[in-house]
Amino acid sequence: MKILVAVKRVVDHNVRIRVRPDLSGVETENVRMSMNPFDKHAVEAAVQLAEAGKADEIVIVSIGPKQANDVILTALAMGAHRGILVEAAEKLETLAIAKLLKAVADEEKPDLILLGKQAVDDDSNHVGQMLAGLLDWPQATFASEIKAGDGALEVTREVDFGRATVSVSLPAIVTADLRLNTPRNAALPMVMKARQKPLAVRPLADFAVDVAPRLVIEKVSPPAERPGGRKAGDVGELAGIIAAELKELEAL
Amino acid sequence: MATLVLADHDLGQLSPATARIVAAAAQLGAPVDVLVAGAGVDAVASCAAAIEGVAKVRVAQSQALATLSPEALTTLLLTLAPQYDAIVAGSAAVGRDAMPRLAAKLDLMPVTDIVAVHGPGRFDRPIYAGNAIETVASSQAKNVLTIRAAAFRPAGQGGPAPIEAIDASDVSALARFVAAHRTESDVPDLATAQIVVGGGVSVGSAEGFKLIEKLAHQLGAAVGATRAAVDAGYAPNDWQVGQTGKIIAPDLYIAIGISGALQHLAGIQGAKKIIAINTDPEAPLVKIADVALIGDLFTIVPALIADLEKQGIRP
Repeated sequence: MKILVAVKRVVDHNVRIRVRPDLSGVETENVRMSMNPFDKHAVEAAVQLAEAGKADEIVIVSIGPKQANDVILTALAMGAHRGILVEAAEKLETLAIAKLLKAVADEEKPDLILLGKQAVDDDSNHVGQMLAGLLDWPQATFASEIKAGDGALEVTREVDFGRATVSVSLPAIVTADLRLNTPRNAALPMVMKARQKPLAVRPLADFAVDVAPRLVIEKVSPPAERPGGRKAGDVGELAGIIAAELKELEAL
Repeated sequence: MATLVLADHDLGQLSPATARIVAAAAQLGAPVDVLVAGAGVDAVASCAAAIEGVAKVRVAQSQALATLSPEALTTLLLTLAPQYDAIVAGSAAVGRDAMPRLAAKLDLMPVTDIVAVHGPGRFDRPIYAGNAIETVASSQAKNVLTIRAAAFRPAGQGGPAPIEAIDASDVSALARFVAAHRTESDVPDLATAQIVVGGGVSVGSAEGFKLIEKLAHQLGAAVGATRAAVDAGYAPNDWQVGQTGKIIAPDLYIAIGISGALQHLAGIQGAKKIIAINTDPEAPLVKIADVALIGDLFTIVPALIADLEKQGIRP
């Protein structure tokens, strides 16, 4: 089985982000960037499938600026075999990303495409589903468990009522949730080795995909601030506050 | 033209989120139809028809739609799309799963997780776990949208609107449903509950969470949990509140032993009043709480339960 994993370079999830004073967006200059955490779980899932003898090649693809090489190298150090960077200076919408990934999938013909369920910057949670639609493949999103069978995968998904297990025939799209696995930290020799692995840089123009934005982002604003309140002295006082609150809600 | 809202339902019951999604969809300014897709969903359709502002309910029933698989829903919605300017779902699991797939099929860029509607093509949506709000404008011929139900007040009761059956005989599912693993509990729906009691990792065990559940039961509240508490196995995954879990907007949120990671705070921003019980007065959640009581939850919560009971507050 050949697996394609899509990864995104985002503002590190531990960084407290700041909205630019002119409301044009979020400050990303001189901010620590790293691989989208959900994508790390997708890479780990692919590597585990390879270690279990279920997959023979893992190809990593990222769409973004030159610096996105870094997140591809991280994935190669985790155990993936080669990388493709589709170089795009502009920030692209999820529809354009899905179309570019479809173009890569048409060339690579993987049996499985793994992605994180969402990116922690735009929180869109679109790309896996869109790519599945464009390819007309079955999708299993928000995966917390993957079992590989013969020509099919059994995937347990996190849904509103708990979990649900579906079986999808290959080729298929799976998007990773955080409980799927624990991503490994690559040891130094693996990091060194990653630099020897093939990494193709492809200009956006290589693909006949219309990436013109469909939406206009008018502004990005900070959320309303929540002023702190007061401290209750003891349990009795807190019980009184809760009781009063309940009475008020009943009146609603 | 009109707006089509995909009804959210489970086990033959309409989700309370649907009335909120209808209210948000009505702000687009066009008549709102509701689509009930599934199998054995007549009762769901009648409930949907009773929501104020619904022009008509369209019901598509087939075995392929029984589990609301994204592939089957997309096939169905593609046949209805030419009749609507906007197709809207809640941003819960089913909507998150199906709407981007549908949008890609229609060559449209969806707008998801909407928390405010400013007109037929202008919306607010949170990014970076709610640490910023993006205002987006869409001038596409059609819009595919998901709505954060918790951000809108529910539409009242009206109607009943007419119900019409639509043919869903050619809808097929690509994936095979194997099993549902449901969390057994009789607590109210977390995403639309008026009161939520949440527990964090300092609750310490699944046993400890029984204490959180006891207080919730006493208050008629839903139970929430942080990701760390779910990861530790203290609470089931569908109780998770936060950036990647459920988004809640109760009138009262009681956060117990929760320090308040960014991702958790993202999920509770809509709460009207927050009460925090925590040992650390510097915890982020304590700082934004309207009322905080500093101390050990294992001492405070049992005393609180007893005290509330004395005041006649019982399940």
